[in-house]
Amino acid sequence: MSAVAIEGVWKFFGDYPALRDINFTVDGGACLALLGRNGAGKTTLLRILAGLSKAARGSVTILGKDARAEVTRQKIGVLGHGIGVYEELSAYENLRLFARLYGIGDPNKTAREWLERTGLDRVRDGLVREFSRGMRQRLAVARAFLHNPSLLLLDEPFTALDDRAIKVLQDLLKSALQQGRTVIMSTHQLREALELATDVALINRGKLAFRGERTREMAEDPGWLYRHYGEA
Amino acid sequence: MNFFRQAWAVAAKDLRSEVRSKETVNASLSFALVILLLFSFAFDPGSDQVREIAGGLLWLVFAFAGTLILNRSFARELVNDCLDALIASPASGAQIFFGKCVANYVLLVIVECICLPIFAVFYNVRWPRQLALLFLVMLLGTWGITVIGTLFSAMTVNLRLRELMLPTLIYPMLIPALMGAIQLSSVLIAGEPLGAENQIWFRLLVAFDVIFTILALALVETVLVG
Repeated sequence: MSAVAIEGVWKFFGDYPALRDINFTVDGGACLALLGRNGAGKTTLLRILAGLSKAARGSVTILGKDARAEVTRQKIGVLGHGIGVYEELSAYENLRLFARLYGIGDPNKTAREWLERTGLDRVRDGLVREFSRGMRQRLAVARAFLHNPSLLLLDEPFTALDDRAIKVLQDLLKSALQQGRTVIMSTHQLREALELATDVALINRGKLAFRGERTREMAEDPGWLYRHYGEA
Repeated sequence: MNFFRQAWAVAAKDLRSEVRSKETVNASLSFALVILLLFSFAFDPGSDQVREIAGGLLWLVFAFAGTLILNRSFARELVNDCLDALIASPASGAQIFFGKCVANYVLLVIVECICLPIFAVFYNVRWPRQLALLFLVMLLGTWGITVIGTLFSAMTVNLRLRELMLPTLIYPMLIPALMGAIQLSSVLIAGEPLGAENQIWFRLLVAFDVIFTILALALVETVLVG
């Protein structure tokens, strides 16, 4: 069974079709790099997969269930453009809140563990509004990973990260892939993404232009895919 | 139980954020006090006319001040895209909504509890015997304002003119609840006993709260996700 199955998905913003008849599957344990120019529809597709938006037509199945089912959301970790943590709460309170929302047995212990893993344990009681950008990003990564999701949806995860946060995220992603979790990430940072990716999908103006395994050519020359399948 | 546990997590988060920032309670309370003061200039506090319209004045203050709290309810989730993180979590739209309702309700009741004695001073009201009933009416009416306001706060959260749209949308919806609350409050403030003729307003308030709570819980998933 595929971890993710997308069948005939269309999405409109007004009359404009942001996604046009997208069809593909992602196997369990794969890391799919979702590529495309700005406005191609990557974020729109990821939002549909995350259950944040509904497709106008078509269907999305995640781990055999509807994307919006509670049991599905329990197994998805989402890291979007925004960091998704509260400014007026401390790092510890933020992680404890999300651990509770994800129904984790011991939210306090889980929050402490993830603060340690992301190097934020020294500032656990500091309010997020006082954090640097890098610290916020690491907290966002902890929030997305803390319930050990089977599927990770990452929207441009390496954008604006400092080197420490990139290292934390890369280590977590490698570890997640070793454990057989599935990762879908949209990105413009082709080198970082293609280093991890096992599969590639290229979206061009809302249409799927390419879907296949990542090849050595792509990893060695990140512009190759755009030259062969991207818009002129 | 799981429903209430996750809803409470959302409510506790909102209340904790508010305790730290105090942004909505301070604004709402200041606004309420200014309106109370301005109304006291407009009417002679000792006159019979004021006694007749006291309930209306009180609920206008509550409704106006409440809008400031309700407006921020979902708007505060826009910072850092927290609303997406909440919706992507296993908490259902109904749990998020109910949690937010509880937090808004607590904040509104706090503002009202501070306004009530000030209102009594400004308008020469004596209500020791009727205070418990008035408090009950206040709780029922406030829940109606909270449920409608929180639902519309979710609906308008992505609009640029949400501060303007929210009151425009909720006040017409609140007419039945406000009518009931105003009628009952006027009688209680005047020190008159609640007769059988006023029971219908109580029933209206309770029915409004129950119906709109159920409707909002059923609709909010569509409002949040589409």
